[in-house]
Amino acid sequence: MEIVGAASKRGFGRPVEAPCLLDLSALSGVVGYEPEELILTASAGTPIAELERLVAQRQQHLAFEPADLGPLFGATAGRGTLGGILACNLSGPRRIQAGAARDHFLGVSAINGRGEPFKAGGKVVKNVTGYDLCKLLAGSHGTLAVMLEATMKVLPAPEDTRTLALRGLDDEAGIRAMTLALGSPNEVTGAAHLPRVATLLRLEGPRPSVAARVDSLRDLLRDQARTIDVLDRAASQALWRDIRDARILPGAPDGIVWRLSVPPATGATVVGAIARQVAAQWYYDWGGGLIWLTLPAGEDGGAGIVRAAAAAGGGHAVLLRAPDELRRRVPVFGEEDAVLAALGRRLKASFDPLGIFNPGRMWAGQ
Amino acid sequence: MRMPDPVRQTMEAAPRIVADLRRLVSGEAVIADSEARRVYESDGLTAYRAMPLAVVLPSTVEQVAAVLAYCHRNSVKVVPRGAGTSLSGGALPLADGIILGMAKFNRILDVDLDNRCVVAQPGVTNLAITEAVEDAGFYYAPDPSSQIACTIGGNVAENSGGVHCLKYGVTANNLLGLEAVLIDGGIIRVGGKQLDCAGYDLLGLLTGSEGLLGVVTEVTVRILRRPEMARAVLLGFAEVEAAGECVASIIAAGIIPGGMEMMDRAAIHAAEAFAGAGYPLDVEALLIVELDGPAAEVEHLIGGVVEIAKERGAVSVRTSADEAERLRFWAGRKSAFPAVGRISPDYYCMDGTIPRRKLPLVLARMREMSKLHGLAVANVFHAGDGNLHPLILYDANKPGELDAAEAFGADILKLCVEVGGVLTGEHGVGVEKRDLMPAMFTPVDLSQQQRVKCAFDPDSLLNPGKVFPELHRCAELGKMHIHRGQQRFPDLPRF
Repeated sequence: MEIVGAASKRGFGRPVEAPCLLDLSALSGVVGYEPEELILTASAGTPIAELERLVAQRQQHLAFEPADLGPLFGATAGRGTLGGILACNLSGPRRIQAGAARDHFLGVSAINGRGEPFKAGGKVVKNVTGYDLCKLLAGSHGTLAVMLEATMKVLPAPEDTRTLALRGLDDEAGIRAMTLALGSPNEVTGAAHLPRVATLLRLEGPRPSVAARVDSLRDLLRDQARTIDVLDRAASQALWRDIRDARILPGAPDGIVWRLSVPPATGATVVGAIARQVAAQWYYDWGGGLIWLTLPAGEDGGAGIVRAAAAAGGGHAVLLRAPDELRRRVPVFGEEDAVLAALGRRLKASFDPLGIFNPGRMWAGQ
Repeated sequence: MRMPDPVRQTMEAAPRIVADLRRLVSGEAVIADSEARRVYESDGLTAYRAMPLAVVLPSTVEQVAAVLAYCHRNSVKVVPRGAGTSLSGGALPLADGIILGMAKFNRILDVDLDNRCVVAQPGVTNLAITEAVEDAGFYYAPDPSSQIACTIGGNVAENSGGVHCLKYGVTANNLLGLEAVLIDGGIIRVGGKQLDCAGYDLLGLLTGSEGLLGVVTEVTVRILRRPEMARAVLLGFAEVEAAGECVASIIAAGIIPGGMEMMDRAAIHAAEAFAGAGYPLDVEALLIVELDGPAAEVEHLIGGVVEIAKERGAVSVRTSADEAERLRFWAGRKSAFPAVGRISPDYYCMDGTIPRRKLPLVLARMREMSKLHGLAVANVFHAGDGNLHPLILYDANKPGELDAAEAFGADILKLCVEVGGVLTGEHGVGVEKRDLMPAMFTPVDLSQQQRVKCAFDPDSLLNPGKVFPELHRCAELGKMHIHRGQQRFPDLPRF
């Protein structure tokens, strides 16, 4: 069976080969929210937007900045669910400072492929009792278990936000500036380079702290860029939302989209190797470590070129958006070596021995 | 503590196994002599001891793979060991198993400041990673109190925490990549210097798996820029409840301190007598709240913390004036364990986590239990994240006191679960809390975890007898159905 929440990211991963659909969208609602314990428990089908509104009332947030990739796959915005975000382990620009979705995933109750309900983790922020199956389920794209309920760590939302926009830097200079900023004690919570637009550095926190760090960071980067603008809170929030959701990705609305995760300082080198061979457009997040890249449709969607460049840089590439036919042919998550692949098959079988959940989603025939 | 029954054939084959192992690693890297083996008979949980069959100290990943493959082929059990500082008995040896000591993996391989990470071998100490980057202004955030001795490989196995993990996360949140060897000798590499991995999150699964899934041979950790400033406030309260409310109010105000520690009366007095930190002695609870970050932020937030503390009835408020005073505030807390060791011949350190609002209830129940078991208890507490460290005072030379201390400890951990918490916040299950696992997990929960174990180690040769209260044969677990909590295989070993 294919497992969906709001089905907003159904186009992510290999197309599932299953005759029936398990729709969890009705499994929705907050089970418990304890702001002083930094804990939120909700059913897997609860829309992320609803959770964000709830915790915002207590000046808190999901610090990993869940991305809303629905629109990238043609769905309307704001429909993605908690279960969907966790199954895809999707984190936004604050990943560099606050961690990924999986780092905020404290506890789960789920059903395995034997139809048995099980739980793992806990409902407290610090816990090492038993295997951390939450991390294993995060990013497993619904291939191991059907999540019913998740407990998340929530954190205080920043009081203020500013963004420094450095103008006129090419990719290499942009990444150098981001590396300098991220290696400074200014607690940068977002670092993106949009070619021909700006190199962006986000500062968040209490007002006096943000103000002081804007000055300190501007001093630090004075020699890097001729012009440094400072964006206010509203402009910052809108801009980083677009960066988070890949809305600023140039190119055709049906172009192939790759998401590369590489050692941050190598970002420009990786992109350079791709751009020399194929007409690509791109931008960088995570200080250069996350590359959103779009290509015109081609024989293998650029897989050979993109994967070789990512691997040479020490990272990897996920084929995020492509026609079904292409995602069936090209391994969406890349190839694993024989030892890892065999271990992955045994892990899958340990949860879902009959291969019921999302067959084919991550790898063909599995 | 019951451990899996030693296999007689393995014990009898010891000379042959030692000879075979000496062909896989250099001769002196296999310790068979009984005096030299004794060094390894225990870890930080010293109440339990056992002599290992042999100790093997490989120095390359190929040797680790060869040793594990040999043990796999010959059904020899393996207990991995870093520095042996586990407080839950994670490295307790088995009479029919080898200790696989990772001490020779002691090199830092790569300091990469541009990518803000360090690649290290697993036998490098936690503190040595910080020392390798501190000249450049960086540090490695997780800081277990044993950081001078404990190894990064052991930190990965136990998912170690420390006083700063509310703000900066535990080991799992600061890891980027691993190389590990599976029991059949297969070598896997997961993650790297990038932030996201593709495929199943084996990095997350291996972290905190207590040496049951694989042996870590290389670690890539994230390093952070040292905060510009750190200042601490010392807050005394006439009642524990008020201190607990103060912690909740600080967090509700949107402040996540770098560290937030609480001590009860017994711990305050022991620490003050030991370290002379200048703690007030006429209070029931003491909080150390440390703010770190950009100077402007620290100055701003420290005012907020002091204001909240006064609203919550703090009877004593002191802000560190300089770095020396800040370190003095910490000196007492950091020496709390040895300080308690001075007022009692032995102590037993517990490690449950509770929802913070349950603290007054848990401390009150602990006082009742203390009377019931006839043993005193001192409490230190990572207050920010609800991680309790009750120290039970006992004398191992008095008949029955060790048993009483263990029974008291078990009651405390069951209480943690009962109020919505967990058995262990950072020390691991090991052998210590193994038999309490059913208090937190159903048979189905545990069998799902054990099926994961089977996917890595179907013959249960890696660190058996730890974490799980029952050993299942994987073939049977594959078929097992649990009906209303009844066990289908009553003949299987249970501890």
